[in-house]
Amino acid sequence: MESTIIKSENFNAYFGNNHVVKNVSMDITQNSVVAVMGPSGCGKTTFLRCINRMHELIPGATANGKMLLHDDNVYDLNSILVRLKIGMVFQRPNPFPNLSIYDNVIAGYKLNGMKLSKTESNDIVEGSLTKAALWNEVKDNLHQKGTFLSGGQQQRLCIARAIAMEPEVLLLDEPTSALDPISTASIEQLLFELKNNYTLIIVTHNMQQAGRVSDKTAFFYLGELVEYDDTREMFTNPKDNRTQNYITGRFS
Amino acid sequence: MAKIEGELSHLKEEVITMCNLVHSQLQKGLSALLNFDKDLAREVVMIEKRVNSAELKIDRDCEDIFAIYSPVAVDLRFLLAVLKINTNLERMGDIAEGIANLLIDTERAYSEELLNNTKIVEMYHEALLMVEQITIAFEKEDSVIARGIFTRDEILDVINQGANDLIITHLKEHPQDLDQALNLLSIIRRLERVGDQSENIAEEIIFYLEAKVIKHKSREEK
Repeated sequence: MESTIIKSENFNAYFGNNHVVKNVSMDITQNSVVAVMGPSGCGKTTFLRCINRMHELIPGATANGKMLLHDDNVYDLNSILVRLKIGMVFQRPNPFPNLSIYDNVIAGYKLNGMKLSKTESNDIVEGSLTKAALWNEVKDNLHQKGTFLSGGQQQRLCIARAIAMEPEVLLLDEPTSALDPISTASIEQLLFELKNNYTLIIVTHNMQQAGRVSDKTAFFYLGELVEYDDTREMFTNPKDNRTQNYITGRFS
Repeated sequence: MAKIEGELSHLKEEVITMCNLVHSQLQKGLSALLNFDKDLAREVVMIEKRVNSAELKIDRDCEDIFAIYSPVAVDLRFLLAVLKINTNLERMGDIAEGIANLLIDTERAYSEELLNNTKIVEMYHEALLMVEQITIAFEKEDSVIARGIFTRDEILDVINQGANDLIITHLKEHPQDLDQALNLLSIIRRLERVGDQSENIAEEIIFYLEAKVIKHKSREEK
């Protein structure tokens, strides 16, 4: 039976007085891929950043309502712990420029002061890079800097870094928008494979990508969750005219 | 207007033009039958090439729009519907050509009595009306008119089902009309297929407009 891993209930987010996420309620099923789309400024990235409490890192940013991970409100948990359980990959690949590929993968452990034996560390690096479909390409150059890799490889390194912490949920904020089509295809294939072990929530401007990679799609507009449905249904028969106008390119 | 809207609008015009062309082909077939006008029947055969060209052009335009715009939602349904409507229209064009060829091969005019007894003219008018109705339903994006096609098709089915008996009855009194009667029976069968094609097109129009698949459902369920 499908179980809900993330549940937002009447969730709101603000930048100062600016109400950017309005009363959003949605359930996200474990081991599924959910695409979040909408025009610029619709609140989709803010919503994503609320899920692992990165929103509150911005001065003046506040949020209220419930954001449950399983049955725990993430706003009642330690924020560091939340971010360990809910990892994030950003729009531009951002490996630590001074660290090797190897050290990039285990950076989360080092930054959090978590000690690892050499064996544990090796296992995590190999396991994470394998899951991120990068191991075969970098196994002989693990001590080179991550920035020597191509854009697509760097993004997969960032995914390896995120999954090295064994999160339950991975948030991806337009993870392929800075990549060429070949790298994009490899990341999309990777997302499909990662779904077996993680729940993925991806913000994307690329509607075809949303259609290709996700099980469900959420459409945000002016901070509201307008429609949330199975991706196939959404792309063939959206129920709300605003969704239809957006995905068919008729948004004014 | 988004660029895709212009492309879809142009495609819609092409489909309407093809509907009108097919209707004209069938209409000429009826005139050729009633007036025993073989020249008009030959014209139908000649013009069939234009129907085929129109089909290929619409197919190609659909392919281009799929490739360039990756359409979704109502645009995707429209294109999927157009592809199938196009095939059905082309088949109607083939039917018109088939009727014209039968008329070209006929040696003498059909008697008024035979035409009346077989109800073929009534059937022909119904078939033409169905093509007109699907054209209007498609052009005006009207699913009510599209649903009206299903009732009309029943009229064609009834005439088709009764055709054997009517022709046998006529032949008992007019055995010399055997060749003519068999030709008319063949035309009746073809007109029944025009009804089926129109029904298919109506189903596609409803799919495009309402996102409902009503194929293979009974008339009551549609």
